[in-house]
Amino acid sequence: MKHIKTLNKANLKKTAAKGGCGECQASCQSACKTSCTVANQKCEK
Amino acid sequence: MIHRYSLNGYNIVLDVHSGGIHIIDDITYEVLGLVSPPMSSICSQRILDALGNRYSNQQIIEAYSELYELFEQDLLFSKDDYEQFANQMVASPVKAMCLNIAHDCNLRCEYCFASTGDFGQGRRLMDFETGKAAVDFLLEHSKGRKNLEMDFFGGEPLMNFDVVKQIVEYARSKEKEYNKNFRFTITTNGLLLTEDKMDYINKQMSNVVLSLDGRKEINDKLRKRVDGTGCYDTIVLKYKQLVDKRGHDNYYVRGTFTKHNLDFSKDVQHLNELGFDQLSVEPVVGDPSKGFAISKNDLPRIFDEYENLAQQIIESKQQGKGFNFFHFMLDLDQGPCAIKRLRGCGCGNEYVAVTPDGDIYPCHQFVGMEEWKMGTVYEGKLDFAKKDRFSKAHVYEKEKCKDCWAKFYCSGGCNANNFPLANK
Repeated sequence: MKHIKTLNKANLKKTAAKGGCGECQASCQSACKTSCTVANQKCEK
Repeated sequence: MIHRYSLNGYNIVLDVHSGGIHIIDDITYEVLGLVSPPMSSICSQRILDALGNRYSNQQIIEAYSELYELFEQDLLFSKDDYEQFANQMVASPVKAMCLNIAHDCNLRCEYCFASTGDFGQGRRLMDFETGKAAVDFLLEHSKGRKNLEMDFFGGEPLMNFDVVKQIVEYARSKEKEYNKNFRFTITTNGLLLTEDKMDYINKQMSNVVLSLDGRKEINDKLRKRVDGTGCYDTIVLKYKQLVDKRGHDNYYVRGTFTKHNLDFSKDVQHLNELGFDQLSVEPVVGDPSKGFAISKNDLPRIFDEYENLAQQIIESKQQGKGFNFFHFMLDLDQGPCAIKRLRGCGCGNEYVAVTPDGDIYPCHQFVGMEEWKMGTVYEGKLDFAKKDRFSKAHVYEKEKCKDCWAKFYCSGGCNANNFPLANK
């Protein structure tokens, strides 16, 4: 494409189908303790 | 749903439901501003007329065609079909625990949400028997999960470090029997750190959170000892030592910004200049009547400051240095799955807090609110009505979240922070 560059694999929908194993870290345990940031947690799969 | 914005010379489009992130040129940015789904394969006369004074029809049609190509690939205005997954992870096992090992603290930080350490419940320390019962509770209630998390929290956990060590030893002794992997973390103000404690922490804790607000005058204004003196000079040296011994891995220097330092990017910069490269500086939570409290009017300034910070990080990376800022860390390709992103931290459902007396609360921020008590580790039972309520607090349950472009990044936010604002 000349006008558009896509930066990532855009695979969020695929992760829904295979996700939910629950092994990743509870986000509040990592650093915040007073707020919540989920999207920076690592996937354990 | 899309979110389209320009920053640092880039036009950026987030396609919310595919997670796609596109960089587009100026003409495409303008065309997209005039498009709404579902897209037609043919660029409308309305768009050609609106942009005709600056671009040729051929240019506009070319940009439109590329947008339409993304639309056809389900990478633009992609369909929201996540609600069907919202009930997954309801009735989750409990697999993470915040252990309030000390309801006491050797600092008297003005903004402390724990009433300077005792959570309004009187100053006391957890004994080993209670810690052991908490470990047993977690082992019994985490069926189906291998990775268990236990954060030693307070107050100040180093005030009760011998019990921390006993609990770690006990939990490790049960890992094989229960087929579990304990991940311990500790959140400390650093004052009581010694070489021995550093070595123990670095051996046993998968992550360590070190509290420090930034510049000396900012830190010492609110983070004071009981005698009113600041703690900066003591803790910076200890943190450097601990982080060096740790090989700069798996730690955060974690600060709080308040009304007094809305220019908090300077504090982040300062922490980096001290030699720390894993940083988290977050907005204060507390009584709006206090002088340090952040108000709605401060938000535009704060938004600008986050953009200043982004610029600083870019410049730092260009100089070959760079650092991580917790709230900016996103793996655009392989972050958490969409199921995880449907709800926040999991408090009250897969994550609970335990007090020195063994009482269970949804998280450390609910501690002391009697109406939220969920049980005790001694009884080994949990209030499943409350657990159920938390488990359903996902983004499709909240009207404002459902249609928000950021729903898969903040996941509805912090329940403890949201609760006082609910029904307002």
